[in-house]
Amino acid sequence: MNALPTRKLEAWRYTDMRPLSAISFGEPPAVSATPELPDLPYPRMVFLNGALNTALSTSFAFAKPYAPFAVRGAQPMVLINAEHAKGGINIEIPAGQDAGELLLVSQASGAAPFAFHPRHRVKLGQGAKLTLIQLDKGEGTYWQNVVFEIEVEAGAKFQHFRLQQEGTEAFNTTTIHADIAGDAAYEHFTLTLGAKISRTEIEANLLGQTALAHLNAAQLLGGTQHGDFTTIIRHKAPNCPSRQTVKSVLAGRARGVFQGKIEVDQIAQKTDGYQMSQALLLSPEAEMDIKPELQIFADDVKCSHGATIGALDEEQVFYLRSRGIPEADARQILIRAFIEEALEPVAHDASKALFEDVLDSWWGRQ
Amino acid sequence: MSTTTEATIQELAAQKYKYGFSTDILMEEFPKGLSEDIVRLISAKKGEPTWLLEWRLKSYHAWLKMEEPEWARVHHPPIDYDDLYYYAAPAKPVPKSLDEVDPELLKTYEKLGIPLNERAALAGVAVDAVFDSVSVATTFRDTLAKAGVIFCPISEAVKEHPELVRQYLGSVVPAGDNYFAALNSAVFSDGSFVFIPKGVRCPMELSTYFRINARNTGQFERTLIIAEDGASVSYLEGCTAPMRDENQLHAAVVELVAMDEAKIKYSTVQNWYPGDAEGKGGIYNFVTKRGACRGKNSKISWTQVETGSAITWKYPSCILQGDGSVGEFYSVAVTNNRQQADTGTKMIHIGKNTTSTIISKGISAGHSNNTYRGLVKIMPGASGARNFTQCDSLLIGDQCGAHTVPYIENRNASAKVEHEATTSKIAEDQLFYCRSRGLSEEDAVGLIVNGFCKDVLKELPMEFAVEAQKLLAVSLEGSVG
Repeated sequence: MNALPTRKLEAWRYTDMRPLSAISFGEPPAVSATPELPDLPYPRMVFLNGALNTALSTSFAFAKPYAPFAVRGAQPMVLINAEHAKGGINIEIPAGQDAGELLLVSQASGAAPFAFHPRHRVKLGQGAKLTLIQLDKGEGTYWQNVVFEIEVEAGAKFQHFRLQQEGTEAFNTTTIHADIAGDAAYEHFTLTLGAKISRTEIEANLLGQTALAHLNAAQLLGGTQHGDFTTIIRHKAPNCPSRQTVKSVLAGRARGVFQGKIEVDQIAQKTDGYQMSQALLLSPEAEMDIKPELQIFADDVKCSHGATIGALDEEQVFYLRSRGIPEADARQILIRAFIEEALEPVAHDASKALFEDVLDSWWGRQ
Repeated sequence: MSTTTEATIQELAAQKYKYGFSTDILMEEFPKGLSEDIVRLISAKKGEPTWLLEWRLKSYHAWLKMEEPEWARVHHPPIDYDDLYYYAAPAKPVPKSLDEVDPELLKTYEKLGIPLNERAALAGVAVDAVFDSVSVATTFRDTLAKAGVIFCPISEAVKEHPELVRQYLGSVVPAGDNYFAALNSAVFSDGSFVFIPKGVRCPMELSTYFRINARNTGQFERTLIIAEDGASVSYLEGCTAPMRDENQLHAAVVELVAMDEAKIKYSTVQNWYPGDAEGKGGIYNFVTKRGACRGKNSKISWTQVETGSAITWKYPSCILQGDGSVGEFYSVAVTNNRQQADTGTKMIHIGKNTTSTIISKGISAGHSNNTYRGLVKIMPGASGARNFTQCDSLLIGDQCGAHTVPYIENRNASAKVEHEATTSKIAEDQLFYCRSRGLSEEDAVGLIVNGFCKDVLKELPMEFAVEAQKLLAVSLEGSVG
């Protein structure tokens, strides 16, 4: 197997994969139990331990059979995926087609540690539209190492919403490459709640004028969980906006990481890049590490990033309590309000309801 | 090392005992390259005690095991460390009068408003022939001595205050801290030593500029400043005028120690030769600067205006150990032509209620690259810690780069960390407004850039601030129009 990254690599300085390398992962076992699926009226593709389950899946007109494709990039996780990938979705939406919604579910369970490496591909033709709702769930010790290859052609719009609720003994590494053409948009939101160690790494290339990348995330972690959200946005054409809002809420001994890099090529004049990363530390043992990075080679640009880390404002808690709201509820309300801004790209009611449902109950479970 | 060189060293070492190694001519014959013998020679030449020699050797051996860092956004051909002089380079002919100095350089002095008699000194004209400041220096020394302040070359401090030097040297930047610091620790030439005793407020701003006897501190400068309980000092380093220097590699180390309630303000204006328009021949400035706020409510403040050098690699840092201690970093870095700057700070919060402020202004023009790289680290014990960081970059022209690489690590829930960064260019309407008032384009840019840097420039001591403003305008010459 290709080597796992170590903290000596700059891109991995805050995420230590040694707990993963200490485990020997076998092949995924067969699954007998039927998973609980969300009640959403959309076509669905359901993967059990990394294998497509045709009985649970419904037909989707634009789904093609899985075919291994060459991966780009040389990130350690991508190389490992390339070595082991056996399946994944392969979606092509023709030009001008509004493909509606698609549900992508991954459910994992097994007695002994196992690993699977889904390789997904999504391509939207000119002016096409797709909303992908991706749910990762499971229990037991396993490692899901996903690679996503995304191509959004001119004028197309791809909404990609992820809810990561892996079991707390699981590992989730997800690497996404997105090429976004002129006038096209890639709207992404990841909500990380699960996994012992998780990392979402997104590389978005803005290739034509007014291409948009909107990469938002929220991570709510407790116990000894570790969550890493890493992005690189490459502005390779003039007049492109990019937006990122990342919120982390950390309880227990959890550790959150955000690394966000904006690269602006010399040709990418009139770039408008915005990035905000905020973290709430709810316990004395929680830790947050932030590395926002700007690399700019064009002069007529507007790029800004901001970062804040702090605790809940006790005055705000006091205010709510003085109105008769119990302390736990007051904290829940403030945490929800803190997360709200990150949900902005989720302009899709059913998806938003899904996220809000789990967000509303998170603090109560801590 | 070739056997010939080894033989030469042996020969020289033998000579030392024979003649005492004291004449200038012998000093100039110091061979190139670095070895344990050279380190021993440097130490012997300075008549250093054994502990210092051992410390140098320890640093040298640490250096041998280290690799040159590659993480900074700077590019240069590999440095051949065996092709450098580590003590004093053979003297090159110096200009005998101002008439022999490059007229371009003189023009710059004029723009900066440098007094006539100082121009010659800066241009490297033999000092004794130019102006006699010995009397001035003596007056200063008397005033300082009365206050109990020690301000002397570090080589002198080693002889006269060995217990102080031994206690503090390397206590902030350890011998094996990083590649360039280890190199410096092994071969450091000279530098300043400042000691402010308990409760003393240094009666004047200390400046290397007035330390006439130690004008040529060489390329491996070592500075150590200690402020005891309740003491305070403001130290000025460098000079706005471009300095003539023969050494391409500069690896300095500056250590500051502030005890209870002590305050140290360290201001730098760095304008070493940046090389020609193609970047040839400029200085490599690889500096390690670190201050330790050891006492409660102590304060260390770094202010820097960096306009020179082909490459700047410099991260003045604060270790905020004492409860309630304060760290500040105010920086303006200007790069033009082919200059490269990778600079920033580290604020390590260890004590309770420690606060730090970082204001960094980067300006890139021409084909240059300007990077802010910084770390704010809040340790678990630093309850109530507070940091505010602002990094702004200004780009002039579309061939340059401006980069920001901040690291923020927070391990205490009661700490509050804020960071913001922006990148922009000079607005056309601002430029147009100034131009319509009759300012030339260059003057207009100078004015706008000065406004952009105001938050930092106002932290500079008065006389530095005035010169620094002119310096910014001069540094950006030729970048517009």
